[in-house]
Order: sequence, then C-alpha cells, then structure tokens
Amino acid sequence: MRKTLLSLVLLCSISIYSQEYFPVSTGVKTTNTNYLAFKNAKIIVSPTETINNGTLLIKNGKIIDVGTKITIPKNVTIINLSGKSIYPSFIDAYSNFGIETPKRTNRRSASPQYDSKREGYYWNDHIMPENNALNEFKFDEKKASELRKAGFGVVNTHIEDGIMRGTGILVALNSKGNNSERLLNDKSGQYLSFSKSAKSNQVYPSSLMGSMALLRQVYLDANWYKTGATENKDLSLEALNNNINLKQLFYAGDKLNILRADRIGDEFNIQYTIVGGGNEYELVSEIKKTNATLIIPINFPAAFDVENPFQADYVSLEDMRYWNQAPSNPGVLVKNGIQFSLTPYGLKSLSTFKTNVLKSIKYGLDKTKALEALTTIPAKILGKESEIGTLSKGKQANFLITSGDIFDKKTTLFENWVQGTKNVIEDMNVKDLKGNYELTIADQQFSMEITGEPSKHKIVVKKDSLKLSGSIKYADNWIGIIINESDSVYKLKGRILNDSDNLSGNAIIADGNFANWSAKKKEEPKKDEDKSDAKEISALNIVPLTFPNVGYGFKEKPDQETILFKNATVWTNEREGILTNTDVLVKDGKIAKIGTNLSDRNATVIDATGKHLTSGIIDEHSHIAATSSNEVGQNSTAEVTMEDTIDYEDINLYRNLAGGVTIMQILHGSANPIGGRSAIIKLKWGEIGPEMIYKNSPKFIKFALGENVKQSNWGAAEKVRFPQSRMGVEQVFTDYFQRAKEYDILKKSGKPYRKDLELETLAEILNKERFISCHSYVQSEINMLMKVADKFNFRINTFTHILEGYKVADKMLEHGVGGSTFSDWWAYKFEVNDAIPYNASIMHNVGITVAINSDDREMSRRLNQEAGKTVKYGDVSEEEAWKFVTLNPAKLLHIDDKVGSVKVGKDADLVLWNNHPLSVYAKAEKTLIEGKVYFDLEKDLEMRNSIKKERTELVNMMLNEKKNGAPTQSAKKRVKEALHCDTLY
Amino acid sequence: MKIVKYKITVLLLCFFGTILAQQTPASKQSETITITGVTAHIGNGEVISNCTIIFENGKITSISNSNNSNSLKGTIINAEGKHVYPGIIATNSSMGLVEIEAVRASDDKDEIGDMIPHVRSLIAYNAESKVVESMRPNGVLLGQISPKGGVISGTSSIVQFDAWNWEDAAVKVDDGIHLNWPNAFSRNWRAGTTEVNKKYAEEIDKINLFINESKAYNYGNKTIKNLPFEAMTGLFDGSKKLYVHVNDEKGMIDAINFKVNNSIKEMVIVGGYQANKITDLLIKQEIPVLVNHTQSLPSSNDDDYDFPYKLAKLLVDAGVLVGIQNGSNSDFQARNLPFYAGQVVGQGLDKEKALELITSNTAKILGIDANYGTLEVGKSATLFISEGDALDMRTNKLTHAFIDGRMISLETHQTELWKRYSEKYKNN
Repeated sequence: MRKTLLSLVLLCSISIYSQEYFPVSTGVKTTNTNYLAFKNAKIIVSPTETINNGTLLIKNGKIIDVGTKITIPKNVTIINLSGKSIYPSFIDAYSNFGIETPKRTNRRSASPQYDSKREGYYWNDHIMPENNALNEFKFDEKKASELRKAGFGVVNTHIEDGIMRGTGILVALNSKGNNSERLLNDKSGQYLSFSKSAKSNQVYPSSLMGSMALLRQVYLDANWYKTGATENKDLSLEALNNNINLKQLFYAGDKLNILRADRIGDEFNIQYTIVGGGNEYELVSEIKKTNATLIIPINFPAAFDVENPFQADYVSLEDMRYWNQAPSNPGVLVKNGIQFSLTPYGLKSLSTFKTNVLKSIKYGLDKTKALEALTTIPAKILGKESEIGTLSKGKQANFLITSGDIFDKKTTLFENWVQGTKNVIEDMNVKDLKGNYELTIADQQFSMEITGEPSKHKIVVKKDSLKLSGSIKYADNWIGIIINESDSVYKLKGRILNDSDNLSGNAIIADGNFANWSAKKKEEPKKDEDKSDAKEISALNIVPLTFPNVGYGFKEKPDQETILFKNATVWTNEREGILTNTDVLVKDGKIAKIGTNLSDRNATVIDATGKHLTSGIIDEHSHIAATSSNEVGQNSTAEVTMEDTIDYEDINLYRNLAGGVTIMQILHGSANPIGGRSAIIKLKWGEIGPEMIYKNSPKFIKFALGENVKQSNWGAAEKVRFPQSRMGVEQVFTDYFQRAKEYDILKKSGKPYRKDLELETLAEILNKERFISCHSYVQSEINMLMKVADKFNFRINTFTHILEGYKVADKMLEHGVGGSTFSDWWAYKFEVNDAIPYNASIMHNVGITVAINSDDREMSRRLNQEAGKTVKYGDVSEEEAWKFVTLNPAKLLHIDDKVGSVKVGKDADLVLWNNHPLSVYAKAEKTLIEGKVYFDLEKDLEMRNSIKKERTELVNMMLNEKKNGAPTQSAKKRVKEALHCDTLY
Repeated sequence: MKIVKYKITVLLLCFFGTILAQQTPASKQSETITITGVTAHIGNGEVISNCTIIFENGKITSISNSNNSNSLKGTIINAEGKHVYPGIIATNSSMGLVEIEAVRASDDKDEIGDMIPHVRSLIAYNAESKVVESMRPNGVLLGQISPKGGVISGTSSIVQFDAWNWEDAAVKVDDGIHLNWPNAFSRNWRAGTTEVNKKYAEEIDKINLFINESKAYNYGNKTIKNLPFEAMTGLFDGSKKLYVHVNDEKGMIDAINFKVNNSIKEMVIVGGYQANKITDLLIKQEIPVLVNHTQSLPSSNDDDYDFPYKLAKLLVDAGVLVGIQNGSNSDFQARNLPFYAGQVVGQGLDKEKALELITSNTAKILGIDANYGTLEVGKSATLFISEGDALDMRTNKLTHAFIDGRMISLETHQTELWKRYSEKYKNN
C-alpha cells in the first residue's frame, strides 16, 4: 500500500513544477498542493546543527519546515525514517557535467597558426569570455545518476576549455525535471585557467608565463574598451566587462599556480575562487595569504607497485612522499583556517569519492568541516547559500537519507532527493536478514546463519556440526532457500514479515511433499566493532615535510649565522687581490670583517687552513628552476616575465649550490628577437620563487639573434613567422622600438592611452630603466643590434653567448656592452662554426667586461672550471679568470654594489673550496648566501643517509599497502625537461 | 730544441698564409727525437721524473730517468719542468661523422635500420674535420669512431687524429659492433613521465633472434651472402668486440647473461651508470666499462649530486677495468676528456689512476694496448708534452704532440682565428 502511495507522490512530483502559465494539451490541468513529511529522523540541518528525532516537511521541491515540533498539515504523506538520518546533499562547485570538453585536433604537419581565425572577437582564440555553458549543455542522465550515488544534488559546470572560458551554469541533478526546473543559475560564474583552448591552434601563448601575461593584457584591454576609445567591435571584451561582477573561478590545478593566479587577481582587484591540485599542504602558509576560497580535488595517488626492487629504485622520493602526504591535504588546510570545498574533479571513478573523503577524515579532516566542504562552502562559493547547502526553511529539498553517519564506512546511502524528487540508491525498506537462526523443517532441526548485505545474502546451514551446502535468494520481500543434505534437497520459500524477525513458510522436502518450516532468529551476537575497525588499515605515518618538499630539502630552513673563517686564502676580487692566511667574519648576512687574527665570541669558527674562500659564483645565463623558458607565440614577447615561472623545487638549485653558485639570471629563451623579462635569483633552496628573487632586482630582458629567432632549425613547416632572415630581425627591432617611442610620448603627454604591457617594457629600455641581455652569435647581427640601439639612443647591456664577439670586440668596447660567453662550446650549429675558446680572452684583452656563462644546468655547477679554461685558452691571469664567474657577471647584472667580491659590507655570499677554485680538482665545501649555509658537504652526506632511510620506510609502507589489497600504480618518474635557449615552451 | 722552435715558427708562418684550411698531416718520422728532463706519466700508474724518452721510426726505443748525455739522439726537446703523457683516446665518438650537428647535410652518424652491423663508420670518417683537429691541442690523439642509433648501430673503427684520409687514419679497422640495449623504462611524452617499458622482453627477444640467426648462418655454407649476418661473425671468433650501450643494473645483468648464453667472446659495457651495483659480476665475467663522461648530471633526483663525478672511482676501487667516454655529449666536447678524468681526482682518485681512465685502460678495452695507451719501449710514440698537469684545465697547455712519432701540428681553425684577431687588435 505504501508503495502505491509513494508512486503516486512521484507521479505528482513531475507535475508540481509545471509552470502556471504553460498550456496543457494532454489532459486537465493539475496542481498538487500536498506535503511530504519525513518523520523520526536524525536531521543534520547544516554541518553545525543537528535535530534528533525531527521532521522535515517539504512541498513543491522546497523545504517548508524542519524541527521537532512543527505543524504538519493534513494533506500530507508521511514517511517514517526512524533510525535513519537526513543530510543536505552535496554540491560540486567545479565540474564539466553535461558539457563535452573539446578535444585537440592534431595537425602536426600544418604550418603553425599565429593569428586568430575568429572575427569580431578578441585577437587571441584562447580568450572566450563570451562562451556560455548553457549553449553546450545536455543533461547527462548516466553521469547524474553516478553523482547522486556519490551524494551530490547540485553541480556547477562549465566549458572546460581555454584561458578565459566564459560563464558556467549551476544545475540540480534532477532527472525528472527539465532545464526550467533544474537550472539554478544560468551564469554561475566566469571561468579561467592557464591552459589554452583545444579548439584553436593559435600558438600564443605557448607557455605558462605567456598565459599570465595574456590574462593581464585582456583585463587592461577590457578596461580600455569600456571607455569607448576602441573603434572595432570586440564581443569578447564586451562579454568580459559583463561578466566581471560574477563569481570568478580559476582552475590552477597546483599549489604554485594558485599563487600565480592570485597574483594576477591582486593586480586587477579580483579575488578568484581557485581550484587547486591536492598538493596545497606543501605551501599552506603562502596559500593562506591569498585569502582565496579553494576548491580542492581529492584524487589521491595510488601507492607505487614497488615489489620489483629495480622499479622501486626508479621512483623518486618526492613522488613517494606525495603518495604518503596527499591524504592529509584537506586536514592541513582546515588546521590552517583555509576555506575550501571538496570536489570529485579529477577522480577516475566517482565510486572512490567516498573512500577518499573517509581517507581525508582518517588523516585529520574534521567531519563537520568535511560536511561544510561538501555543502555550505560550495553553496557560498556559488553565491547560492540562500537556496542550497542546508536543510533550513525555504531552501531546495535536496537531501540524503542514510542509515547513519554519512562519514562512516558502513553507512548506506538509501535515497538522494533532488528538488523534492526521490532517487533510490539502495532500497531502505528491504529488511536486513543478517543473523543466526534456529531452523526447523518439518521435524528436522538445523542452525542457519545469514551473512552479507540484503541484496547479496549468503547462508551457512549446519546440522549438528555438519556443514550443509545451501543458497538463498532474496527479492521483493520473498526468500527462497535451498539446502542439500546428502541425497535430500529442501526447497524453502517464505514471505518476509515486517512485524517479526522470524522467518516461516512452506517447503518441498526430499520426498516431494510439502512441509512447514520456520526459522527463529537468535539474539544478535554482540558486534565486535573494535575488532572490525582494527582490521581496517589505519592511517599511515605521515613523513615530515622538508623545504622544499623533495629529496635534499631542508628539515629546517637555514638560519643566518655568525661565522668566522680562519686562515683562508681569500680571493677578494678587489684591489687587495688574493690574500693568504686571512680571516673573514660573517655577521648579519654581511661580510663584517676581513683581516688577520679576527675573533668574535658568538661566531662559529671554521678552520679554513689550506682552503680557498671566494665570493659566490654568478651565472649570467641559466634556465634552471623555470617551469617554462620560451614564449614562442610571437616574435616579441616583452610582456612575459620569468619571475612568473620560477620552479623552486628544481633539484638543480641544490646541485648548483654544491658547485658554489649563489646567483643566477634565469633568462627567457631565444625563440624570438624580443624575448621575455628575466628573473635574477639567489639560490635560496627551501624558499619559494618570490623569496629567491634578488631584492630590488635590476630589470632585464632577453633579446636574441640568429638561427633560433629565424627558426632555422625548427623544421620545414616553420616558415610563416616574421623574421626568417637576419635582415628581418633588424626590422623587428626597429619596428618595436619605434612604436615604443611613440607609445612613450603619448603616455607622457597625459592623454588617454591603451596600456600595452609589451610596449611598456620596451619603453623602459628606451628610458634606460631596463637592460638587455642579447643572445648572439655572428658578428654581422651583433653589429646590427648595436646600431639599432644607437639609433634609439640607448645601450645594449650584455651580449650573451656572443661567440663571435672577438671579431667585433673593438666595436663592442666603443658601444660599452659587456660579453657573457661560453668557455669552449661550438660546432653544434652553423652559426657557431667560428666560435673559439679564446673568445673570452680576446674580449677581455680589448677591455670588455667578460663573463663566462652556462646556459646549461650541468655546466653551471662547474662554472669555476669553465673560468679555469680561459687560463688555458688565451692565458688569462687566474685572478681575472676568477672574476669571469663572480665580479664581472655581477657588474653586467648591475648588482656588484652588493655581491661579486669579498668586501666588507657586501652580502655574505661565499664559497669555501677545498682546493684552488679554478682547478678541476676543487670541491665546494660550504656555500653561503647572506650568511646562511645553503650547502655543506657534511650535511649533504647526512641528507643522503636520511633519503635512503626515508625511501626504505616509504617503500615498506607501499609494500604493506599492496599486501592489504590497495590499488597500486606502476613505477614511474616525472621528468623535468632540461630547458635551454631553444626549448619551445 | 732550437731546431724544433724554428720548425714551429715556419709551420706557424705557413698557417697564417693558409687561414681556414685544415692542418697538414705530418709526414712519417724520419729523425730520432729525444725528450729530456720531462716528468713522464707512463699511463700505468708510474711516474718517472727527470725522464728521457727516445723514439725512432714511430716507436719508443728508450725511456729512463738516467740523464746520460751520451744517450741523446736526433732532435733534442728539452722539456724540463714539463710533463709528458701517452696520447688520450676518445672512445664511442661520432667525430668525423658529423661536422655541424644542426646541419643535416653534414650528419652521417645514423643509418636506417634496426639491426645493421654491416654498416661501417670508417669509410664516412672525415679525417679533415675541424672538430677532429680541435682534439689535438688538448692531448686527445686517437679515437673510436662509432655509428649511432637503432638497436645494432653498426661497426666502429679506431683512428688516429692526424691523417690525409680515413684509410691512413685507421689504427684498427672494424673493431667492434655497437648494440643499444633496450631500456627498462620508456618515455611517456604525454604524461611527462618515464614508465616501465612493457616491451622490454619483446625487444630482447628480437636481439636474441638476430644473434641466433647470425650464428646459424655462420654454420652454413654461405653461398648466398647475408651482409648483416656476415658482419656478426667477428663476435663469435673474438675479432670484434660487442659494445653494449646500457646504463641500468637490470639491463646490464641481462646483457651479460646474453653475452654468456651466446658465447660472445668479448663485451664492453658503454654507459654503465649503475655499474657500481654489479662490480662482482663485472669482474667475474671480465667485462670492462666505459663510463659516461663524468661531467654529467645524476640520472635521478635522489642520487648523490656528485655521483657521475665519482662513478669511475667506485669502479676502479672495486677492481673493474674502467675507461671514460664522451657519451651523449657533443663530439666537440671530447677534447675535455683530460678534464673528465681530472674530475674523478677531485673525488679522491689518484691522479695517475685517473690518467689510466683515458689512456691505458681505454687502450686495453679497445684492444690496442699492444701499441697505444702507455709510454713503454716498443710502443708507438703517440704522446704529448704539456707545460703542466694535463688533467687540470689551468695547466693543460701543450707544447708538442706526436702520433706514431710524427710531430703533429697543434694549430686548428680555432687557434688561427685567435691569432688572426689578436693580431687585429694589437695593430689597432
């Protein structure tokens, strides 16, 4: 009877939404004003409010009332939920539900596309604020059912494509209604990311820093467009201006990208809600400072399959740690007061969602916070806290009926109601028959145990102690049992009674006759809960984080120390030259004293007898510690900056410290004549990018000449981007500087102007506020660029590589440019045919400030030897050769006021060598930056041992995990490409 | 001494007249040469100070620390305060097969096909390569020129670096076959990872099949020739060595097993990044290792930062026969071989032992030690004089070099440009 009633209710629920002004052509107009009351339930109204034994009253898909003493109208259907719980259903704030994500079309052989193919929109195809998810939306019944099964009632979806992705929609997972009912918001927010659209092959931006620069320029252009000063129609900018007051959701997908996205937001007064990647715990205090609400995926990595020791060796410590630490991410975020919602985004299967939420709880996530992260916070993120997220009066009737605590493994989710319509997940009216019974068939006595879940019950039947084979079928309140006893077969059937735990019915026994049977349920054996919990895998030990959180990361960041080096050979790079038997005192991060017989009570004394103390090595040209090194999408990319792309976890930072390197200029690559801006960093291993950047850093930009910028070695298809010859390169420079000059004049005139990040940067060069380091090979182009600079009345600061510098050294001297070159590289391409290892010495002899650079993450850690080669090739004096990698690059970078020599008052960036520093035999024993010891040979040995120990510990944990049946992934290693000048991203 | 100086001046003058041309190979040794007062690094661990070395007709005839002026013969080179070393040997190099890496037209190191042992490097070797001549001012005087790519890349030969053509350059023709062992891990470009190579066993099967077919062919009457199988013959009679390019522990063990199962006479491991884990096996099977150039990066983030610096030392200490090769580095870098060896000294290896890594050990591994690799009576006078310690870049400054007793030019395309432009600024 009840079933029929329920079906009636369901039928009605379809029509309860029919709009009042819609005509009806299939019958009479029906309006249902009945109520539904869920009684005797534990109602979790919100994460912080629970009502025991309460009633939830709903009508027309809305909650009418909730409480213990509410008035129940007469036209009501009552559903008794005694012993059960009601929760608000979950909300997914970030998904692509019902919207097909565009797939990239592979067009390998075609020439690259540099220009947009759209008309009437922004010049870059990856900027699509005009897109609206509703146009692409098709309710996905299958996915909706999976989501409901995982507890979701409302999902937010968008077109997951492009850098600016347009607006999304908020949808209730109401399969029985249509868009007119389930659409909660047709513009739920504007969506952004750093990733390009799959629909367009437009090259720009090809790098992360390009994406960042593009976003900045779009915001500027939208503001300019608003003033009406633009003559053309731009539907993208119009849409962006319309969307700007919506919620702004940014997909970052990684801890560092969260910081990057937030930085852009700060620059334009936008607070994004940011989708993370699951590794936020590693930078939690920095992320907290963003004040952003996060959306956090919980796709925890599976353990690596490390049963094969060869393969185990292959997995890096950082990847093993990630497996170990990732489940603690949500808990860590809560402890640090970061607001976030949880999303199943990124999970291969929704069925693992609950498992992973429970895992987060086991690893420290508070249950109340977990529920908030699934209900109230996503509601707030979407600005719909008045409609969804809790079960208070007036909100949508989106709720779950469960057998108990929703965050308990054993809890069953019975029903998921969306907008007042019922969706059965597990039939809650099925009686659980689990238990022990005394079974009587005719006059025979048996014992019977029923185990397993209702849909999959099993039986064990015994006569005395003899075990008999048997099976049970259970459906639609009927059971059928078959028992075999030697030759005889008993076939039992019976109907389940709601008012009794005992079973009975009739049976066909061995001789084919009927008999009655009955089974009397014995008292429930006491559940040994503790025992079953103990069987579950308990949370593993979380290995501690290091700075950075990879192999050779510090347990604690180094402190500034007072250090006294006694009796060293000191290479001062100053007038004093090389001092023997000299003491150097380091205090407060600076070189405090240089002399003999120095003492300081608080200093750690280091006996440097027989050792050499020098200033730290400075590499004028490096591409380490960068996520990308080239923005290749345009022939000028002055708008991008390497400062946006610092990868503070690059192990090469540490390896270079071990080679005595303290400062590097991280340069943009050489894919275009006008490249991006540099990052000058101190190798402060353990800090993040912005902390590494040299304080009050002089501004630099990379330019390039030759084969790379004219794409000579890029393959036959790359013949469409100007310039393709050295002749064209000159014109690129002339064009851009002329435009920058005109731009600067307009800007300074006080008249309104369109702010252009690229021209701003180039104007800085004209105004002598930014320096150029130009990748260069052959003499013709070197000469050309100096002439272009002369014409625009500025000076090229540095020619880097400058392999034919020796051919035009006199002209370089006259122009006043420095040269930063390789010690002995050549023969790798046509334009280095005349590169000679004597280049540095010739330029030096002519009077040019010369540095030796690496452009190579391995060579940079032996830059002392590369300087030593100039002693061999060209007889440079040792004292001068040493300056090639210390003082001279400091001069070229305009930082020699603070670094580059051992001088009182300068930064204590020092290296202690066990041998002559230019010698191949020398090893750096200690490397200091601002008085902090960042590399120490002895500490390095300790770290090697602790890495070994930790690896073993983690491998054992993973072996255990596998033994306990957890899924695993095969051994793999993440590869960081070696970036060079010609890396194309 | 004076004579030599004069000769050099004459030579230099010639070069200024013929800028941008390759150096002219020296003619056969006709006159006895005596080097006196030199510190001789023999290449076998021994150092003889105040040494006198005499060579005639390309061979060393005397080497001693007696300063008996009666023994002085022919042209005298007073090398007091200087050092003499055996010529350094570059192995596993594509020098002379490639002139400019980025110019396809100048690249002859890789032929089509997976199993092409019959493809020979020697005939494509450009004896007049500017890269080859640039080796000599650093003391690198001999090289094994090997083809690259595929599974069996082809057959290498050993040459000396002062010749008119490949035929004259040849020291040992078709010395070995180069096999690139399958990787246990392969690159997944899309995911940005390297992952377990699921085809590893399959790829090894292919090599086994090829070896078995080659052996079977050799038992037959060979009336119909099969060039690839024919080329493999040398592996079974010991006239060719098998150079297996492999780095990981498992791959090396599998490769050694492969050698034993197939009765391959002599095998050399090239690369051997994890060879320190299997030193007992290497010693037992008498398999030498040509480690990658020491100035390279560790292959895993968790490895010791100085692991490539010290691998050779770990192997030497364990008793393995080790040499250093230029590996995947650009060919022009092979001139840094003395410094690759010097790098190991920085890790605690004795200097003379380090020298062996690029001279006598290499000669033994290549099978040319009867003539090259050490300064011993009866061996080829292939040696060079440096003003200082040749393993350190500060002091590696050559004054003379000899190949088979012929005093070779130490000028190059690069020194010519150096002098030309130094002169330009001097005159300004």
